[in-house]
Amino acid sequence: MTATTLTTTLAMENAGYIIGSYVVTLVVIGGFATRVLLKGRRLADQVDDADKYWT
Amino acid sequence: MQPERQQMTSTNSATTEPLSTRAGTGTRATRVLGIATIVMMVWLVAFGLGFSPADRDQEEAVRIMYVHVPTVWLAYLAFVITALCSALYFFTKKHSLGFDRVAGASAEIGVTFMALTLVSGMLWGRITWGVFWQWDARLTTTALLFVSYIGYLSVRRLGGSHHQRAKRSAIIGMLAVIEIPLVHWSVRLWRGLHQEATMASTDLDPKIDGLMLFSLFVGIIAFTLLYVWLLLHRTRSLALEDLLDDQGLDRALDARRHEAATAGATP
Repeated sequence: MTATTLTTTLAMENAGYIIGSYVVTLVVIGGFATRVLLKGRRLADQVDDADKYWT
Repeated sequence: MQPERQQMTSTNSATTEPLSTRAGTGTRATRVLGIATIVMMVWLVAFGLGFSPADRDQEEAVRIMYVHVPTVWLAYLAFVITALCSALYFFTKKHSLGFDRVAGASAEIGVTFMALTLVSGMLWGRITWGVFWQWDARLTTTALLFVSYIGYLSVRRLGGSHHQRAKRSAIIGMLAVIEIPLVHWSVRLWRGLHQEATMASTDLDPKIDGLMLFSLFVGIIAFTLLYVWLLLHRTRSLALEDLLDDQGLDRALDARRHEAATAGATP
């Protein structure tokens, strides 16, 4: 995204709601993905590799 | 490496040392998929907020569509996969718990993205309708769908054996999916504030600008890749949870047998 288009986006009407929808979506996705990864890692540490069908 | 791994395995239940020599639920394939998802997400933000044009009627507010439509697409996809895997568990002779875990993982992802659909829809509604929420047919049926799958996830946590959990939740998983056509057709059945489908219209001729259509496809591809990545990781986590549950039960039974044997041997 160029600096001009970013400036245009920030200056547009209702920018708070529009950018807010992207921020909420990306933050929730990031949080959910992190939680899934960390939980998987924590559980995987307690199990031998031979019992993991994906290894 | 192999002797070291065997040594770690042998200290299994006696210590809290990690048993695994590999990290988590990832593989090379999931890492490649994860990188592809991040690249597509960056594209989505660039096209959604930058390169795609404003709409003739909705002006800049149309940009919310590039996250709103892919999130609802992902939620529908997740719920359909939940129903399919529930049916595969329920109606096949083997009753494989693998299908049940995919169904459960998919429902968790679906609920998360249905919540995001409701939030982005509320923000879009605030701009176009002037209010965050209306008891419009589409909004109400979507909220009902969301609540139904929260119910599905609650039933999965009721307890009992893995097969009891799988049977109970499979029935709900197959029933709840019936709500999706109702949500989709609600705008035609009961005329309301929500617009009709732009992409999934019956004449297969989406009336939308080329760059807008491209941006929307970028979003749908990005979210589909994300779904596959999340599903793989979450299904593996559920398999680990089940395995640890079984190991815990086996250890508890062994302890009881040992107690009974000790009590029997004591005069």
